[in-house]
Amino acid sequence: MRKKISQLFRKNRITFLVKKEFLQIKRDKRLLPTIIILPIMQLLLFGYVVSTDVKHLATAICDFDRSAASRQILSSFSNSEYFDFKYYVKSQREIKDLIDEGKARIGIVIPPNFSKKVALGETAHLQIIVDGSDSSSANLALTYASKIIRAESGKVSQELLSKMVVQKPIPNLSPQLRIWYNPNLKSVNFMVPGLMATILMQITLIQIAIAIVKEKELGTLEQLIVTPIKRVEFILGKAIPYALIGFCDVVLIILVGLFWFKVIFQGSLILLLFLSLIFVFANIAVGIFISTISKTQQQAMSTAVFITMPSIMISGFIFPVENMPKVIQYLVYLIPLKYFLIIVRGIFLKGIGLKTLWPQVTPLLILALVMLTLSTRRFQKKLSD
Amino acid sequence: MSLEENFPILTEKLTKKFDSFTAVNNIDLTIKKGEIFGFLGPNGSGKSTTIKMLCGILEPTSGKASVLGYDVYTDAEKIKERIGYMSQKFSLYEDLTVDENLEFYGGIYQVPSDQIDQRKEFVLEMADLKGRERELTANLSVGWKQRLALGCALLHQPELLFLDEPTSGVDPLSRRHFWDLLNEMAEEGKTIFVTTHYMDEAEYCYRLAFIFEGRIIALGSPQEIKKTMKEKVFQIQCDQIDRAFQILNQFPQLEEVLIHGANIHIVGAKTDLVKNLIPALLKENKINLLQIKSIEPSLEDVFVSLIGREAREKIRKEFLPCEPPLN
Repeated sequence: MRKKISQLFRKNRITFLVKKEFLQIKRDKRLLPTIIILPIMQLLLFGYVVSTDVKHLATAICDFDRSAASRQILSSFSNSEYFDFKYYVKSQREIKDLIDEGKARIGIVIPPNFSKKVALGETAHLQIIVDGSDSSSANLALTYASKIIRAESGKVSQELLSKMVVQKPIPNLSPQLRIWYNPNLKSVNFMVPGLMATILMQITLIQIAIAIVKEKELGTLEQLIVTPIKRVEFILGKAIPYALIGFCDVVLIILVGLFWFKVIFQGSLILLLFLSLIFVFANIAVGIFISTISKTQQQAMSTAVFITMPSIMISGFIFPVENMPKVIQYLVYLIPLKYFLIIVRGIFLKGIGLKTLWPQVTPLLILALVMLTLSTRRFQKKLSD
Repeated sequence: MSLEENFPILTEKLTKKFDSFTAVNNIDLTIKKGEIFGFLGPNGSGKSTTIKMLCGILEPTSGKASVLGYDVYTDAEKIKERIGYMSQKFSLYEDLTVDENLEFYGGIYQVPSDQIDQRKEFVLEMADLKGRERELTANLSVGWKQRLALGCALLHQPELLFLDEPTSGVDPLSRRHFWDLLNEMAEEGKTIFVTTHYMDEAEYCYRLAFIFEGRIIALGSPQEIKKTMKEKVFQIQCDQIDRAFQILNQFPQLEEVLIHGANIHIVGAKTDLVKNLIPALLKENKINLLQIKSIEPSLEDVFVSLIGREAREKIRKEFLPCEPPLN
């Protein structure tokens, strides 16, 4: 039985195609670095640069009050890791200049009568000026600032009340926040699994399209389609090497994520690899489709970018799908990356299994099958007119 | 024997249109088993398009074609199992070694594993590539590449071979060697359909067809084709051949003037015109005339006389001059 199987492998056309492809990959001086170095580079770049955390914002302070109360509230700002006091200025005008020049991202203005109002128990105002040109970090900065102010004002009112007649502690509603799965809200934990998905998509989709179109350009495809090779054999022979490379990249990214970025990995590696395989086949299908509509490697490359870029933008890699216009949201249902992102993040951060993931796995599987069928059909052993 | 066994290629009104351009126009072919059939014509005349249709990789627009008894529309995949094809452009993997290419095509054609070594041996022997098995194909010279490509197309012992300009860019010695191989194979009973635009190679074919602008304008053995020519051909030997050619070519009464090897051919002119006018014309220009004689036309002469005058200019530019005979 085993002998029969090994014989089947040796005689199979697909085996010869896979072997040939690996020989070519081995001799291609540019491909191997692309396959190994590119994912690591992307991971390092994105892991460090694309951080959605807002920390150490350059802050300009304009304290007209210069009192114990103003110093107290300022110190609670500076004690948080979000605000770095870089500038102490004397007028609002200067804050505007600093923000215009991009030197400060946030300005805090304390009016002259601040402490007096606090002491009298009146509402004291305090002005926060945020550079809104980067809206997402502006929003976060405001959230942090209001959190600090709320806490501070709570303290102040407690103090005031306790100085007054009341002996009993005053009831106070306070939320108990607990963030699950990524307790420190570190964005690497969110980015690395996402990157795994997008890098895997780019490597497999682009490489297979290029690999097929390259044979078209060189004329070797013409020689192949005159042989009795079957379409499915050809496509599998092309797909298997790049699926394997995609797999190696998955492992590589997980390793870098775990040991370099110290990303949390809660789930099952086997499950992740298995589901990656489905995702890889969906991408290969798109790659094959691209190869059927491109005559040159350049065309294939630009078509691939034209498809992958928007997919990455709208699939929830950085921006949540829920906030997108309805039309886009419907469109996203057709993008395998959307489901795979949820799967990868789920397995990485939440450690969830198939039982919870099936609403993602089913559409991913269906998409992969449909796309693979369509593009295999489109791929003809004929020359186009 | 059935019709298909005697005639591996049969076409009827085979036509291929690309948008409004007709590349192949109502071609009828009957190719016999075991012959070397030459398909001659200038670039863009429809040679490769015909081959691609017969190999089952290009759908004809209309007409019928059967190859080894299979219909090209419906049974293309069955045709592919039993033919060998060598395209105009070298299309083996340059980044694989000689042996790896053979191994790969052996696998694709499913050559049984107990026979593959023997077949590879045969191909290496034939292509004169013994000892270079581990060399990268990219490093081979054009002649060797062509022979390797032929070898790969022969690994599965096809009974019908399609060769699309197999010798373009190959040096004369290698071309000769290549044709010797083809002759041997034809003697073994293989049928060979070969396109070329070298006129001297056409002489090696058992039968040939001239194709021009998608239509067949002459068909038969080289001898038969030459006999169809009504006009006389004169061969002129003289010195300063290039200058002589220019002078004669400008003369309006001489319709067709060709350089043929080291001589000039005059096609379709009246005998007395040639006999009187040319010596005088050359003398006037101080060109030494050695000989004028009426000769049997070459295939090139026939071809040129068959096509319209306006087309001739175009052809003259595109056709490769015949190689001088080998010593």
